[in-house]
Amino acid sequence: MPFLTELYAYVFYGAALVFVSGLTYKVVQYTLTPAPLKIPTTPAPTARGGVVLRMTREVVLFESLFRGNKWTWMFGWLFHFGLFLVTLRHLRYFLNPVPAFIEFIQPFGVYAGFAMMIGLAGLWARRFLVDRVRYISACADHLMLALLFLIGASGLMIHFLVHTDIVAVKTFIIGLYRFTLNPLPADPVLLFHLALVAGLMVIFPYSKLLHAPGLFFSPTRNQVDNPRERRHLVAWASRLERP
Amino acid sequence: MAKATFKVPTLCQYPQVPPVTPGTMAHSSPFLSKPEFQAPLGFPGELVENWQERAIEKMGELLTRYRSLRVYLDSCVKCGACTDKCHYFLGTQDPKNMPVGRQDLMRKVYRRYFTSAGRLFPKLVGAEDFTKEVLDDWYSYFHQCSQCRRCSVFCPYGIDTAEVSMAAREIMDAIGVGQKYCNEIIGKVYKIGNNLGLPGPALIDTLEGLEEDVFDDTGVHVRYPIDQVGAEVLFVTPSADFFAEPHVDGLIGYGKVMHESGLTWTFSSLASEAANFGLFIGSYENMRKVALRIREAAIQLKVKRIVFGECGHAWRVGYSFLNSLAGPWDFLDPRYPVPQHICEFTYDLIQQGRLTLDKSHNDDKVLTFHDSCNVARASRMGDTPGGQFEIPRAIIRATCNHFYDMDEETIRDRTFCCGGGGGLLTDDLIELRVKGAKPRMEALNNVIQEKCVTHMVAICAICKSQFTKILPFYGMEMDQVISLHQLVSNAIILTPRDDDADDDDGAQGRADDEDDAQ
Repeated sequence: MPFLTELYAYVFYGAALVFVSGLTYKVVQYTLTPAPLKIPTTPAPTARGGVVLRMTREVVLFESLFRGNKWTWMFGWLFHFGLFLVTLRHLRYFLNPVPAFIEFIQPFGVYAGFAMMIGLAGLWARRFLVDRVRYISACADHLMLALLFLIGASGLMIHFLVHTDIVAVKTFIIGLYRFTLNPLPADPVLLFHLALVAGLMVIFPYSKLLHAPGLFFSPTRNQVDNPRERRHLVAWASRLERP
Repeated sequence: MAKATFKVPTLCQYPQVPPVTPGTMAHSSPFLSKPEFQAPLGFPGELVENWQERAIEKMGELLTRYRSLRVYLDSCVKCGACTDKCHYFLGTQDPKNMPVGRQDLMRKVYRRYFTSAGRLFPKLVGAEDFTKEVLDDWYSYFHQCSQCRRCSVFCPYGIDTAEVSMAAREIMDAIGVGQKYCNEIIGKVYKIGNNLGLPGPALIDTLEGLEEDVFDDTGVHVRYPIDQVGAEVLFVTPSADFFAEPHVDGLIGYGKVMHESGLTWTFSSLASEAANFGLFIGSYENMRKVALRIREAAIQLKVKRIVFGECGHAWRVGYSFLNSLAGPWDFLDPRYPVPQHICEFTYDLIQQGRLTLDKSHNDDKVLTFHDSCNVARASRMGDTPGGQFEIPRAIIRATCNHFYDMDEETIRDRTFCCGGGGGLLTDDLIELRVKGAKPRMEALNNVIQEKCVTHMVAICAICKSQFTKILPFYGMEMDQVISLHQLVSNAIILTPRDDDADDDDGAQGRADDEDDAQ
């Protein structure tokens, strides 16, 4: 079905463009915006190395969230690391030849798919069951969970129930690198899965998914606690010093 | 028990997260500033005509000035980790006092005017126009945040609601909607030199009186000098220390420690205030102007070191910002950090064995310690992270025999704000202050019941004033809160100096020093 192949090819080119340019724009914006004052949440590391460690613990273990709320931490961590493994597993559709490590994690990636779904279900349940979380949940928060849930569910369906010609899918994807259009299998669940992923890529730079780059730019987490030893002065603040 | 026109929360043995009850504090807002208080700070006197346009413009400016604001408005995923962390939510049940609820008041406006999603699909992402109703909500709820940063400890992205509420107050100031308490006080600092508006002669008088009192008490001439050119140490402390109870007992203690150190030291009438309310209103320019007084005083008095007295947010500005705002301090003695906290100073002397302390002088008390929010989560003492928790406790242990910490969940970096920080220490917000103190009062009440604690030690002028005022609402005594350096003052054994005999009038001695200065 050449029409579908063309449509999906353009949709993914478009989505990739929006994703990369939108995200680059935000990262550049965050980088260029100064942080005029030292505001690390203390106790904070007194040297760069410590900050790298602190940040690693935040990114890998969700340390602050763990201290904040065990349920949210558990479901959130299951979801994110499920998603991480699933994404790694999917690299085999994007790389030729497939690296040995990616081969190795294939079976774990499937379990991770379930972990991801359990995590999402728990996070979603909180939005209904906990009155405080219900109060702060907007329409967009539910839609985001729905989107991720449907991506995961359709992916698992393709793996367990309605198989697709995965070799053809890979040929399609690899072809996109060289602007060659190879036919995409017209399985409805696959098309649904791919459309949602494209949607996720498009909304990423315009939604709360910005928490991913945001964490790295958070001054309360990424600053070194050394204000007395080193004078911290940004350009606009130093202009105030000129008479 | 103090009389209240509202319902004082009941203290529970175990912390409880209350059910969400919208609107319980919608009526709470502080007195509006008047034109005469706005002008000295460079703000319009009253709500400007094109306020909506001006506010959005100001928000745009702040978004390019503060990375924190931009990143924090973008990053929240509404996970809910912060929702049960704010003492004002726990005490009032109002969901707009949940950190995320408070941030969302600004986030919805940010989304509407500064993001594509909010411009195109406002309903979907919860974006809203900046209407008069929204502005009223801002004024009410951004003055129900004490900028204590407890939420930022638990947020997976470190989102600090204080950054948002400071920005909101700065935006409101820019359109003429200021808060009377903060802005009037900053004006006083510019005009007179301190928050309380104590003129130089009044300070001299007070300090002379203190010298006499201490001499009567101890038979040792402890000096409390002011404006003494050439002293080694400039001592900057919150002006409440000069006369308010229990603050002044701490100030007496500072003097005794300085006496034992053998260093010459001095207060300054120009910088007779450590507090910097510029922080509370989020105004870098005003915070800088207030901080520069300290630089000016240090230069005028030709000192070598700067030591700060007990004050929470002053220590935040002192420790974290002073170098940025008023540095570099290359003209001071490089062997000492600038500034130093009096606790660091006292602790060093204890470590060196230079203070003689008799713990039994505090045997009439059983003590606990309140970590002040700005010291705990926005600064440090000593060389290692967490020194801000260990150094004050080490001093307490060195000066008394009976000390018990409150519940671990309510101290150190998880400490609860006293309920009066962030520019809220004003009688027009008394209901908020009483209710916001609930989590701290619960933890205190528990150690009173279980460990027979009699007094709570604090190292912040705002904490001390707040607790003095609100303890009676909870059936406790106002004098159950004391200064850390009051303990030191009680325990310290003073060394008489050779000149104690011939210089039998300390006040006269100081007046002579002043003559020398001129």
